[in-house]
Amino acid sequence: MTDTSARHIPDRLHSAAARLLKSWEVLLLAVAVAIFVANSFASPYFLNAWNLSDATFNFTEKAMIAFAMALLIISGEIDLSVASIIALASTAMGAAAQLGLGAPALVLIGLATGLACGAFNGALVTGLGLPSIVVTIGTMSLFRGISYIVLGDQAYRGYPPEFAFFGQGYVAWVISFEFVLFAVLALVYGVVLHRTNFGRAIFAIGNNPTGALFSGIQVRRVKFILFLLTGAMSGIAAICLTSRLGSTRPSIAFGWELEVVTMVVLGGVSILGGSGSIPGVVIAAFVMGLVTFGLGLLNVPGIVMSIFIGLLLIGVIALPRLWAMRTR
Amino acid sequence: MQISVRAPAAGAATAVPILSLDGITKTFPGVKALSDVALALYPGEVTALVGENGAGKSTIVKILTGIYQPDAGAITLAGKPVQFPTAQHATDAGITAIHQETVLFDDLSVAENIFIGHAPRTRWGLIDWPALRARATEILGRIDADLDPRMPLRELGIASKHLVAIARALSVDARVVIMDEPTAALSHKEIEELYQLVERLKAEGRAILFISHKFDEIFRIADRYTVFRDGQHVGSGRMSEIDEGELVRLMVGRSVDQIFPARAHQIGAECLKVVGYAHPTEFDDISFSLRKGEILGFYGLVGAGRSEVMQALFGVTRPSKGVVRIDGQIRAIRSPAEAIRAGIVYVPEDRGKQGAVIGLPIFQNITLPSLSQTSRRGFLRLAEEFRLAREYTERLDLRAAALDQDVGQLSGGNQQKVVIAKWLATRPRVIILDEPTKGVDIGSKAAVHAFMAELAAQGLSVIMVSSEIPEILGMSDRVIVMREGLIAAELEGAALTPESLVRHAAGIGGTA
Amino acid sequence: MTQYLKSREAILLGAILALLAMIATRFPAFVSPGNLLNVFNDTAPLIILALGQTVVILTRCIDLSVAANLALTGMVVAMLNAAAPGVPIAVILVLAVSLGAILGAINGVLVWKLSIPPIVVTLGTMTVFRGLIFVISGGEWVNAHEMSAAFTGFPRSVVLGLPMLSWIALGIAALFLLLVFRTPLGRAFYAVGGNPHAAVYTGIVVGRTQFWAFVLSGALAGLTGYLWVARYAVAYVDIAAGFELEVVAACVIGGISIAGGAGTLVGTILGALFLGIVKNALPVVDISPFWQLAISGSAIIVAVTFNVRQNRRRGRIILKRAEGHA
Repeated sequence: MTDTSARHIPDRLHSAAARLLKSWEVLLLAVAVAIFVANSFASPYFLNAWNLSDATFNFTEKAMIAFAMALLIISGEIDLSVASIIALASTAMGAAAQLGLGAPALVLIGLATGLACGAFNGALVTGLGLPSIVVTIGTMSLFRGISYIVLGDQAYRGYPPEFAFFGQGYVAWVISFEFVLFAVLALVYGVVLHRTNFGRAIFAIGNNPTGALFSGIQVRRVKFILFLLTGAMSGIAAICLTSRLGSTRPSIAFGWELEVVTMVVLGGVSILGGSGSIPGVVIAAFVMGLVTFGLGLLNVPGIVMSIFIGLLLIGVIALPRLWAMRTR
Repeated sequence: MQISVRAPAAGAATAVPILSLDGITKTFPGVKALSDVALALYPGEVTALVGENGAGKSTIVKILTGIYQPDAGAITLAGKPVQFPTAQHATDAGITAIHQETVLFDDLSVAENIFIGHAPRTRWGLIDWPALRARATEILGRIDADLDPRMPLRELGIASKHLVAIARALSVDARVVIMDEPTAALSHKEIEELYQLVERLKAEGRAILFISHKFDEIFRIADRYTVFRDGQHVGSGRMSEIDEGELVRLMVGRSVDQIFPARAHQIGAECLKVVGYAHPTEFDDISFSLRKGEILGFYGLVGAGRSEVMQALFGVTRPSKGVVRIDGQIRAIRSPAEAIRAGIVYVPEDRGKQGAVIGLPIFQNITLPSLSQTSRRGFLRLAEEFRLAREYTERLDLRAAALDQDVGQLSGGNQQKVVIAKWLATRPRVIILDEPTKGVDIGSKAAVHAFMAELAAQGLSVIMVSSEIPEILGMSDRVIVMREGLIAAELEGAALTPESLVRHAAGIGGTA
Repeated sequence: MTQYLKSREAILLGAILALLAMIATRFPAFVSPGNLLNVFNDTAPLIILALGQTVVILTRCIDLSVAANLALTGMVVAMLNAAAPGVPIAVILVLAVSLGAILGAINGVLVWKLSIPPIVVTLGTMTVFRGLIFVISGGEWVNAHEMSAAFTGFPRSVVLGLPMLSWIALGIAALFLLLVFRTPLGRAFYAVGGNPHAAVYTGIVVGRTQFWAFVLSGALAGLTGYLWVARYAVAYVDIAAGFELEVVAACVIGGISIAGGAGTLVGTILGALFLGIVKNALPVVDISPFWQLAISGSAIIVAVTFNVRQNRRRGRIILKRAEGHA
């Protein structure tokens, strides 16, 4: 049995270095570095500051949503409606732009639409106690469906020129506004999840919602806030994406929900809830971005890259389990 | 009942076991659950398997029913060596079990629950529903269960579900019947009916393995005993050749008169008063008061509504009526968070689900309700957390490898210490302990009792829900007995006797 | 009797009849038997896939790869037909079902042997299958003129007044009803989803049962793959994109609990028909077909609210006087 010496219990079993070495994040970082090196050899165009800067657009918008989604999945819920929230928020901004509203108003409208959608999901899940996977499959159709009702096969264009900054602007040299936003949000979400009481509550709920409730955690309130955050991040992603594309169709960001979930799971977040980290998701975002960009330089079509992403998603979970079965 | 008419000569000295296990060893990561144990079951006889929690009883049941595979050892059935790679193999070999928890299906009908896995088939290999229902009706009739075979199990109460579990065990022509704490959730009347069933199974020549913690029950119905301690076989023989004291000595490895701590009585002013608490389906008219430094026992049968009252008091469920006063002030408690703020904390019976957050480290479990205390402006301060966790784990003499160890890796007793430490760190006024020593080994039991006494001596008010009479008698200053959601009696001083507890809990009149 | 009237299926049937009645008041042609048969035929692929999805969801899993499986199998048989028009339809059918079953088995093995959550597995295989279509086809379309007349004609061939596609849907529905009500595997789907812990005690291997659910779902997706490309006489990478969600929607509307173990095949069929009627009725009643997505999304939300209300576990009844009211 584990009846070791009674009196003094050390704080930690393993040193910080030992924990780091065994962590998922380090393994993933190694993969990212390997892909980076392989890409540099494979294509002469890879190691170019502007090309690399362009490549970040492959993942920054998805990663913003992935941060909030990571928190939501760690708490044991999921939101599959994020891409549809983008569509609805983008449609709302497009409609406002037709009325001649300026960039600040558009940003507010995009954000407010995201929050409203998040609140709707959150109310259904925490208020009525419905399973989030089904609710958000429903709202996924509903939100995008509203875009289709509004737009049909039309598109909104004609956004004000200053609105272009959010998706196309550069803060300094090759550093885009989106990339800065991505970095700031990564930091904020990292701190919230790993350094605050709120983050601790998320982990507690994900491991044992009943136990968390019985320890005085306001489980439903925390989950509602997480749905709000996911909606808000989808709204922000909608602002960036709409600004970058300069147009809105109802099919905008189609299928993104699955890429976002893939990013989160690849980042080491357990789909069953209870564990995961923001650094992991950040590295996963880079891995997915680098793969897409690298294969793109080699003229591999996007759909074929998805094979790689799909295999990566299953492989990263399957390989450790296969390994454990071998060594047992 | 006309039992024992053709009961076989249970005492035949030359009895040959129908099923025997030899040298069975089973190891789980980090734990040796069974080490070289033996067990023999005889036709027409009841063998009691006794041992403390963690002695390996459930493991041997799971090996016998094909859920687990032993690492080493042999199983012999009717003289032939056998193996049970799946539950189906065990059933086919004529071994059937009535499990501790009901392992049934709420969405399926009564009849299907009885026959799932071995349903009668037509010539084409399809399930023969008419035959299935007819046989289910027949088996239910045999145990005098008045249940509609077509009814979904969801609609039944706990006792009826237990009858279905028994019917399921009888639906195979079993040579060996395993009963794992079969009376734990039953009323007196239902227990008597179960005893009659056991006698009938004996008379039919079946071998019965009977697992129970209740000594009166073991001495009443068992013919033989086998004792496990810490995964080892420590003795077996005939019930007629052993007494209660000796059996306990075998179980715990020393002779134990359960000793409860001497109490330094310093009962102060009333600090909690509950008036007219009611819930639509669970309890009604619950009024009681609790004083500073007092230990108030709540006794009753399983399912009497004690935990439900406590969970309402802790804000998990909402009562429909009633008032809670703390130090004379009316407090509205609508969530556990509000209960904790009001100074009421709850150590639940279901430790794994409601008590500990398994997956989180020890120190995070302890600080979870005290985060506002250890953090600054919502930001964690790990050093503070470790300090608080250390303070309370040392006070409770926790045994663990490190404070960042997953609480799920600890033994039941040590998990309980973590849950209690978590609450003490909030500096509560009232601590409610629901079956605090259930699933806790004897050594830790005494520690928990001593600690409860210490807390009360320090002026904390304690409510202890327990179904163990010695614990209730040994620890409580005053006892409230509940039955069917109502307070049946409040006992104190000379009125507080084992007989009075049992009578009020069961609703038996004064002359019982 | 009241129990049957209150059942999920009865309510759904009532809703469908009410919907039809509403449409009929303004567009009586919609409810003519001929048109209803057309609607049924149009809904047949959804019904087939939803039946497969139902057994998967019953076992507490989900199969998001069905539409990608359908598209991949469809592309394989379309290319085969283009390359070797002489291959008989019977062989094509066997091939489609087998290939679909193999793709389903990949999901099943990953869930069974490696205990990877089904949503992750099928999310992954969904993208892999779609990518493979591109790899084998090089992104090219297989068009009507490359397909043989027998290949495209089979699902439309009319037997006893009904197109083959409808007959296949009916046949599979009958087969699945038999499977679920009368075979041990069918009952095991309910047992595994209802209480996996208890299922082990009855000798049911949970992982293996889930494996067979995935194989069945995959086989039906493969079959539908052929029917789909033959009916629309075209195969390309993106056919049936997003259809997996419509399939899940049909199950949820039909009352299949996402928590597993509860719901009936009849419910699923009604759920699929409900979606099919809405889809076919929109152009008739002159509502833009763009409304369809929002309507089915709302239907899912209403249905799941209803499911949870109906299945919400009642609290323990301890008080004697409360027993009568329960």
